[in-house]
Amino acid sequence: MNVTDAFERARAEGRRVLVGYLPAGFPSYDGCVAALAAMVKAGVDVVEVGLPYSDPVMDGPIIQRAAERSLAQGTRTTDVLRTVEAVAEMGVPALCMTYWNPVSRYGVDRFAADLAGAGGAGLITPDLIPDEADDWLAASDRHRLDRVFLVAPSSADARLACTVAACRGFVYAASLMGVTGTREKTSEQGRALVARVREVTALPVGVGLGVSNGAQAAEVGGYADAVIVGSAFVRTLLDAETPDAGVDAAADLAADLASGVRSPG
Amino acid sequence: MSNAAADAFFGHFGRYGGRFVPEALIAALDELDVEYRKAWSDDGFRGEFDRMLREYANCPSPLYEATRLSASLGARVLLKREDLNHTGAHKIRNVLGQALLTKRMGKPRVIAETGAGQHGVASATACAYLDLECVVYMGEEDTRRQAMNVSRMRLLGAEVVPVGTGSRTLKDAINEALRDWVTNVDTTHYLLGTAAGPHPFPSMVRDFVGGISVEARQQSLDKLGRLPDAVCACVGGGSNAIGSFHAFVPDEGVRLFGYEAGGDGVATGRHAASITGGAVGVLHGARTYLLQDEDGQTVESHSISAGLDYPAVGPEHAYLHDTGRVTYEPVTDAEAMDAFRLLCRTEGIIPAIESAHAIAGARRVARELGPDAVIVVTLSGRGDKDGDTAAEWFAGHPEEGRRA
Ligand SMILES: Cc1ncc(COP(=O)(O)O)c(C=O)c1O
Repeated sequence: MNVTDAFERARAEGRRVLVGYLPAGFPSYDGCVAALAAMVKAGVDVVEVGLPYSDPVMDGPIIQRAAERSLAQGTRTTDVLRTVEAVAEMGVPALCMTYWNPVSRYGVDRFAADLAGAGGAGLITPDLIPDEADDWLAASDRHRLDRVFLVAPSSADARLACTVAACRGFVYAASLMGVTGTREKTSEQGRALVARVREVTALPVGVGLGVSNGAQAAEVGGYADAVIVGSAFVRTLLDAETPDAGVDAAADLAADLASGVRSPG
Repeated sequence: MSNAAADAFFGHFGRYGGRFVPEALIAALDELDVEYRKAWSDDGFRGEFDRMLREYANCPSPLYEATRLSASLGARVLLKREDLNHTGAHKIRNVLGQALLTKRMGKPRVIAETGAGQHGVASATACAYLDLECVVYMGEEDTRRQAMNVSRMRLLGAEVVPVGTGSRTLKDAINEALRDWVTNVDTTHYLLGTAAGPHPFPSMVRDFVGGISVEARQQSLDKLGRLPDAVCACVGGGSNAIGSFHAFVPDEGVRLFGYEAGGDGVATGRHAASITGGAVGVLHGARTYLLQDEDGQTVESHSISAGLDYPAVGPEHAYLHDTGRVTYEPVTDAEAMDAFRLLCRTEGIIPAIESAHAIAGARRVARELGPDAVIVVTLSGRGDKDGDTAAEWFAGHPEEGRRA
């Protein structure tokens, strides 16, 4: 299943798409797949499988800690691809969210081929801008993968238009200036940014950075097509006493967020 | 091959460099690029920068004829004495340039990363001098290893933030500085400490430290009536080296040598030689050579020299390596410490251990080029900071009965 189908289905149902993120191999390979399965069952429409990386400059302390733990346990790029495959088998689109060096090292075209082979929908690339992405633009065309670039409140209009034009699947609007992490309040910058994106594209727009509960999801759902939640899921697993409790807590959070995206306001 | 041509396309040096950073930073990098280019072609800015270097930083640094070292190495060796600059290293050139630019951009706050603390101290110095708020990110591990520099930074009014993630060293301090920058980019300049990172940092830092080679070239002409046969510099992130090479790059008769930290030896895997022992990838915003595993995860570097202990290298060096204009070689801890002792004993100059790598390299070049050769060696810094490390090394490696 690809991302576009998920957006169309949500639109038909009069709701927003819920995108949930976990780094592969966290809290363990199986634990991650189990948590993702529970999240999907509780209402996550699209999964972002993070490729844990040694130098995650876009991530705050919560995701950093999870990625570090995953790497310390020996997670490899191939494990990330296996996780994508497991998610695809759950019947939801699976995107891989990755910093660029692991893809560059694996070989851009080879990575694209193996991601497509695993049933993956595409890539979200937090430190790759379209200006530097020639080989990924070609590989994603060749292997029919979505490519989700980020736009930010600081993006000038001309850049924003170029970046959006390079996107396929949806556009990722980083709703505030900062790194990943849960926040008390969602940012007002998100609404303005989404409006600017809509002026230059008909693609759906997802908003991430800072959303951690159903009420915030409803608020963001008031102006965005997708609500993207990462750190809040990771935190449920970090805080849990046992792996099972973590899975339950992630499912509860997914259910809360899922009700949020069903009452956008 | 001109550097200008290499720079021309959006901050790429051949296939290297560029910008691999979150989109949120692109506007700030664009602004920096524009403001920097404007400033660099503005006589007012250049004049003020030169004045600060002259009156405050003690530049131009002397090109010093090291007679006893020359006798020992078997070639005529001239030391570019960056160790005599204020704060004791070439780094003052870069921080004064960037701090002055920060003022010009109207930003009140500066952040910086530091490993050994040298760049942190230099940044704190420039910020005190120019009345800027200064926050320095430093790996937790390094704040313990380099406690004296932490207190120097605090004396100068900087806030030092220990970084407890990742390997808790320089690369993680850079990550944390980038995170701060994404969040506070409106008010903050990231004063990167070496000729690495996303465009325009590699070019901008090169230009700010480029005075090393501009001066050395002229001093060589004045003193000898000719250019040197070779220029040697140590390579960490690559700022003193690119500064030492820049003006000589068009001089085809001048051979250029960059010495990376070979640690225990490149074959052992415990080293910081990104070009000789690494592979091409992306780290800290640029495509370049870096130490990485099969999956592209950054591998920790090792060197007795904290200032060279960084798992990547500035992208212009990657390019100069590929084009063959500069020869890059590793120098092991043992070779560097031998050279360290040699300079202490022959010239009464205690070098930074970083710079001792360049002296060790010059020893090889002297062997190759012979007694008539003129070799300029950049002595990037002084070794006061390295007393403990050196004492510990020499206690474990007594002078008698060992071979370098
Ligand atoms: C004296 C000295 N030399 C060299 C270096 C290495 O940096 P770069 O390669 O950027 O010159 C450092 C870094 O701290 C230093 O303090």
